[in-house]
Amino acid sequence: MSADRGSLPRYIVQRILLVIPMIWLALTIVFLLLRVAPGDPVSAAVGGKLDAAALASRRHSLGLDRPLIVQYWDYIKDVATFNFGQTISDNRPIIDVIRDNGGATLTLTLGAFLFALVFGIPLGLLAGRYRDTAADAVIRVFGVVSYAAPIFWTGLLAVILIAPTGWPTYDIASPVTKFEVHPVTHILLVDAALSGNADAFWDVLQHHVLPCLTLGLLLSGVFIRLVRVNLLHSLQGDYVEAARARGIAERHVIRRHAFRNALVPVITIIGLQVALTMSGAVLTERTFNWPGLGNQLVKYLVARDYSAVQGLVTFFAIVVVIVSVFIDILNAVIDPRVRY
Amino acid sequence: MFKTLTSPIRNTSGMARWILLAGLIITAAFVIMAIFAPWIAPYGFAQNSSDGMRFPKMGPPSAAHPLGTNDQFFDILSRVIWGARTEVTVVVLSVLFAVSVGMPLGLLSGFLGGWADRLMVFVMDVLYSFPSLLLAIVFAFLLRGPLGGGTFAAALALTAIYIPQYFRVVRSTTASAREATYVEAARAIGARNGTIMGRYLFGNVIQSVPVIGTLNAADAISTLAALGFIGLGIQPTDAAEWGYDLSRALDDAQSGIWWTTLFPGLAIVLLVTGLTLVGEGLNETVNPTLRKRRFRKVRMPANEPTSALVEGEV
Repeated sequence: MSADRGSLPRYIVQRILLVIPMIWLALTIVFLLLRVAPGDPVSAAVGGKLDAAALASRRHSLGLDRPLIVQYWDYIKDVATFNFGQTISDNRPIIDVIRDNGGATLTLTLGAFLFALVFGIPLGLLAGRYRDTAADAVIRVFGVVSYAAPIFWTGLLAVILIAPTGWPTYDIASPVTKFEVHPVTHILLVDAALSGNADAFWDVLQHHVLPCLTLGLLLSGVFIRLVRVNLLHSLQGDYVEAARARGIAERHVIRRHAFRNALVPVITIIGLQVALTMSGAVLTERTFNWPGLGNQLVKYLVARDYSAVQGLVTFFAIVVVIVSVFIDILNAVIDPRVRY
Repeated sequence: MFKTLTSPIRNTSGMARWILLAGLIITAAFVIMAIFAPWIAPYGFAQNSSDGMRFPKMGPPSAAHPLGTNDQFFDILSRVIWGARTEVTVVVLSVLFAVSVGMPLGLLSGFLGGWADRLMVFVMDVLYSFPSLLLAIVFAFLLRGPLGGGTFAAALALTAIYIPQYFRVVRSTTASAREATYVEAARAIGARNGTIMGRYLFGNVIQSVPVIGTLNAADAISTLAALGFIGLGIQPTDAAEWGYDLSRALDDAQSGIWWTTLFPGLAIVLLVTGLTLVGEGLNETVNPTLRKRRFRKVRMPANEPTSALVEGEV
């Protein structure tokens, strides 16, 4: 292997260049699925409500009466300029939907990750360190169950338990806060902080707790399982054996040699979790009536709004590709073995 | 036959064996529920009265309805039991579909190599990196029109998300097995590509399928329930489905009605846990690197080895 091939800048450039074909392919798949396959999107969404002439004009204004190849080209071109199209059912630009609802999804998923990291990694290390003991068994069962439990079910149970206490279990903020805080960044938590209104900020924060915990619980299950397996692998590594042979105290071997190496793949895990988090966010938002993108997606799915579904799914696909590339690069910076 | 089936249990020890056994018992219980649902369930899955008496609406657990009734006057115990039938059917179908599409593609791709292989890997990677639930949502959304919201449509929607997994595993095994000596030997005696793939590679590659199969089955249950929860799953008139029942429970939760939430969810958790345990147990038996090695302590009398050695030399 030449020194140049393994160089970091080169790897980063390669990875970034690969984003373009990946996004293009994802867009093509989305287009093929949502535009080519079914019948007429306009009559599916607003069928019974408009007469034939109005339907035809809607089709025309959305460009749905043109040849598919033209539509495909326009779609790719539009996405390149961050134009994700227009919803059919309520006639909004999809970029507006993303702007208004994306912030709620962002804070939800970040909060969930924070919770999963703080909670999942120590438990995973503990289970791996004390393998096959009662603690390991309990943690493993917890890991399996928290992963097995559907997120909307844990969410609903949390609502049932917490709702009687008066702690908020619904939506991202109380109506008063929503009225008081003016959108600046469109991320309510940030906007509330910027407004300097302590009550509003506290209110939004309170509303975040339950949804973030619910989504974080799902993610922590994955963290526990993977960190545990990583630790088991690194405990069997030659370098651990070597450290032991040199007479280094077991406590030290575990902390310095095994734990650190077991934690390297955590970044990769986070990368792999992005997709799962998104799926989880859709369900969490539905459970807590959280005004995020997932809830909007479900709304448009129920309305059979192909155009809105296409736009939102496109956005999700792009986010996944970009985040995974970002994680890959981060991984390469941390772990030189990744860049080959 | 029985021996090969029970060999994973015999080959494991300690915790791995318990995990496998517990998983098998839980899974078997649900399969039995699924097969004998009409005899086990006290009522039909969409039955809201019996002997001319209407069931209570959202009635708490009672003698007549051990798990209570929901907002549609249905008996929850019956819906949980009938639900097992729906889940098992959908999951078996979807895993079968996914294996029968993903495996041949993976074999072909891994065996052929070259640009065809690269292209397929790239497409599958993009599909795989896509959030699986979103993919299932898109497929369920599309299949609803032509196929209706039945069991078959749900199974097909799930199939789409598992194909890349079988493809990847089978492809990588094939790609490494392609250079193995037995393939070379087969080629030397003049076997054609089809024969090599069908006869020699297939047998070696299929071993990794049961593990992914059970883990996928677990995942499929969650995804099916999620589709049901969103309202894209199986139509309530077609069959009982746990996820759909939970979506109906959404409004009850705020007002403290717990039985409509607890029991369908518990069924999901149990079945998913059972299948995951089977998968993990199988994984530890199939994958020896995960197995814990047991060292047997060699006992040596304190000073004797040296003297024995000396004596031996004499």
